[in-house]
Amino acid sequence: MLLDVAFWVLGLVAVASAVLVFVVDSMARATYALALSFVAVGLALLLLEQSYVGVVTVLMMLMEMAVMGVYMVMYMGMNPALMPMSMVHDNRAALGVSAATFVVLAAGALLVPWPVRRGVPAPDVTAALGEALMGRQMLVMVVVSPVMVATIVTGVVLAAGRTRYDRFGDDLDASPPRDPHRGGVGR
Amino acid sequence: MTLQTVLLVAAALFAVGLYGAISQQVVVMVMMGLEVMVNAVLLAAGAMWWFLAPDPAGQVLLLVVLAAMTVEMAAGFAVATLVHRHRGSDMTDSATDLAG
Repeated sequence: MLLDVAFWVLGLVAVASAVLVFVVDSMARATYALALSFVAVGLALLLLEQSYVGVVTVLMMLMEMAVMGVYMVMYMGMNPALMPMSMVHDNRAALGVSAATFVVLAAGALLVPWPVRRGVPAPDVTAALGEALMGRQMLVMVVVSPVMVATIVTGVVLAAGRTRYDRFGDDLDASPPRDPHRGGVGR
Repeated sequence: MTLQTVLLVAAALFAVGLYGAISQQVVVMVMMGLEVMVNAVLLAAGAMWWFLAPDPAGQVLLLVVLAAMTVEMAAGFAVATLVHRHRGSDMTDSATDLAG
């Protein structure tokens, strides 16, 4: 009973704060609302015995929202806590699509004859997860790791203002390099 | 707390995120919509794991979802930086080069 109440409260907080993200009139409030939504989902995962994933979700998303706040200040060019904003397009179409999506997903959740539970959880699900990652499921982490590295490289290449290809050309053979100011020792 | 109720909450979260991803003009706000959608997937996958097959392999799937969330965020911020550098704005309406 207590578990049910806790879940409904967390679910309500998660959905309400997600709605607030697109309703409040400042970027800072939107970021806080999204962080609250993530924390609620992370705690709901804890109720589902996902102790590791739940805690990781909460910690990761709080840091991510902090980074997002910095980006907003950088790019919005305004005081994000004070400046009202409403920047939407196709609002009615978006509302219609999201409402239809909810109806379809909710109908699927309620009408599908879900199978009965198969198996029982391990006594320590976090230890079982660690053993799976280091054993039978290691291929997953082996694939995820290079994807992460590729993401780092992609992020640097996209975000860098001027790279060696801008300085030395596509074949890296331009001499002298195209720099805004001549530097070095006069070569 | 049953599988159906958790999936209902996840469906509501997904729909809200979809609304944000479609309607918002600022790139960072679009990313917020995508994040809410992935968050819903995370909750739904967690419920599936607990109520249908509480096997360690299911938890690994949740970690993959978390990794996808991280990759989306990092790549999204890099693209936002690129768009801002070239266009001086972070609006999706100013980056329609690939529009059909």
